[in-house]
Amino acid sequence: MKKFAYFPGCSLEKMALSYHKSTIESARKLGVEFEELDDWNCCGATAYFHVDELLAYTLCARNLALAEKTNLDMVAPCAACYKNSYFTNDALKKDPDLAEHINFALEEDNLHFTGKVTVKHLLEVFAQDVGVDEIKAKTTRPLEGLRVAAYYGCQVLRPRKDHEDVEQPHFFEDIMSAAGAEPIDFPEKLLCCSGSLIITNRHAALSMVRNLLQSAAQRGAAVIATACPMCQVNLECYQKQVNQEFGTDFNMPVLYFTQLLGLALGITPKRLRIGSELVLPTPAFSRVRRTPATP
Amino acid sequence: MASKPTFSDEIANLLHASHGNPIKICMQCGTCAGTCPSAPFMDHTPRRLIAMINANMKEEVLASNTYWYCASCYHCTVRCPCEIDIAGLMYALKRYSMWKGQFKEGLIGPVFSETFVKTIFRSGRSYEPILATTYLFTFGLQDFITEAQTATTMMLKGRLPLLPPRIKRLKNFRRMIGRVIPVGGLE
Ligand code: SF4
Ligand code: SF4
Repeated sequence: MKKFAYFPGCSLEKMALSYHKSTIESARKLGVEFEELDDWNCCGATAYFHVDELLAYTLCARNLALAEKTNLDMVAPCAACYKNSYFTNDALKKDPDLAEHINFALEEDNLHFTGKVTVKHLLEVFAQDVGVDEIKAKTTRPLEGLRVAAYYGCQVLRPRKDHEDVEQPHFFEDIMSAAGAEPIDFPEKLLCCSGSLIITNRHAALSMVRNLLQSAAQRGAAVIATACPMCQVNLECYQKQVNQEFGTDFNMPVLYFTQLLGLALGITPKRLRIGSELVLPTPAFSRVRRTPATP
Repeated sequence: MASKPTFSDEIANLLHASHGNPIKICMQCGTCAGTCPSAPFMDHTPRRLIAMINANMKEEVLASNTYWYCASCYHCTVRCPCEIDIAGLMYALKRYSMWKGQFKEGLIGPVFSETFVKTIFRSGRSYEPILATTYLFTFGLQDFITEAQTATTMMLKGRLPLLPPRIKRLKNFRRMIGRVIPVGGLE
């Protein structure tokens, strides 16, 4: 049994509850257990860094220090939580003065950062720690014939950490293939979902979302798979607004990759919280050759 | 007499901790502008903004919407041939403009960032319905109705919280923040 310290982040509590549930369920089937961080706080999304860098680092460092107490490596399903945690860990390890300053603040909550945990995104756990062979072996209801646009978005891959491939990655598609689905060629897979511009610049954001939906639709995707709550919400919940603004007629389901994976692993749609979407994915599943039970 | 740092020096200093190279070495290739998904909506492209900073055009830079329209997607950053962290620069400009209280009128970004941080300071967690107050007032009637319908559907599907969540050790949490920034303004 592999075990990780789990940092769900604010979105997964409500907005993206289906991501949380499907993560826990799928992971369990694959022999991975998650221990939720006790009393974790918000990672700051993109807003803290706009206001104060030191504050941003402090808030992320608190979660890292909580993870250190578990003696486990930390995993975050949200791309923003992951990116903020990863780079805070990195910055504090490289700059002992900064770490000292922040440890002084952490004392107020009896916590201490040493930099001993590795921070991973959920996709990495499935792609590397579990591996596609294991996923293939445990797949009992392959999503045969389901054309999926595997959408990475930004912060799983960017900024670059080392020498990894940030232009032509394929680990997300590999996970989808292992689940029996058919990943489409989706050149927009690394483009931004518009992030918080959906709030701060609605027009620009809707146009960016439209671009992604259009490409996925034109290339025959039946569903878009995401690995981030912000991407999921922007692409799914604002489709109505996109259609209104541009006179389009999109009706593209957007699911978390863990929901698709979960179906392939034989978990019921209900346990994966399929059905809490605004664009129901049921028609997409009717094209699967071995239809998973409907919710 | 000590000389006042130029605007481009000031910005360079703000980027001191970033991993990227100094913006002074920008060769104006335009890769960032061509990559940026938000560029069509910006007053100036990222490339041009960098040229303006290097030319010390402080007022024009601060008055532009460019850096507030940056989605922090880091696409420019990973592609810049000079390894300049352009996304980091946009963050630095946001901080600088908030600190100086000097930004283009009518932008939602600064209010949103401030509301977000205040929400976190109060509860340790973010809460979507509060954040909505920063932008709903800018909507026309039709958009407002669509927005309300979306929110209602999400509420019914159990995807929006009714009550603001909060962490358990909030007192410690606030004292912790008090050790890194003056919290008077956050209360
Ligand atoms: S990509 Fe880099 S070098 Fe090219 S214009 Fe942009 S900042 Fe300058
Ligand atoms: S990080 Fe900002 S400036 Fe750079 S490509 Fe993305 S939106 Fe454009």
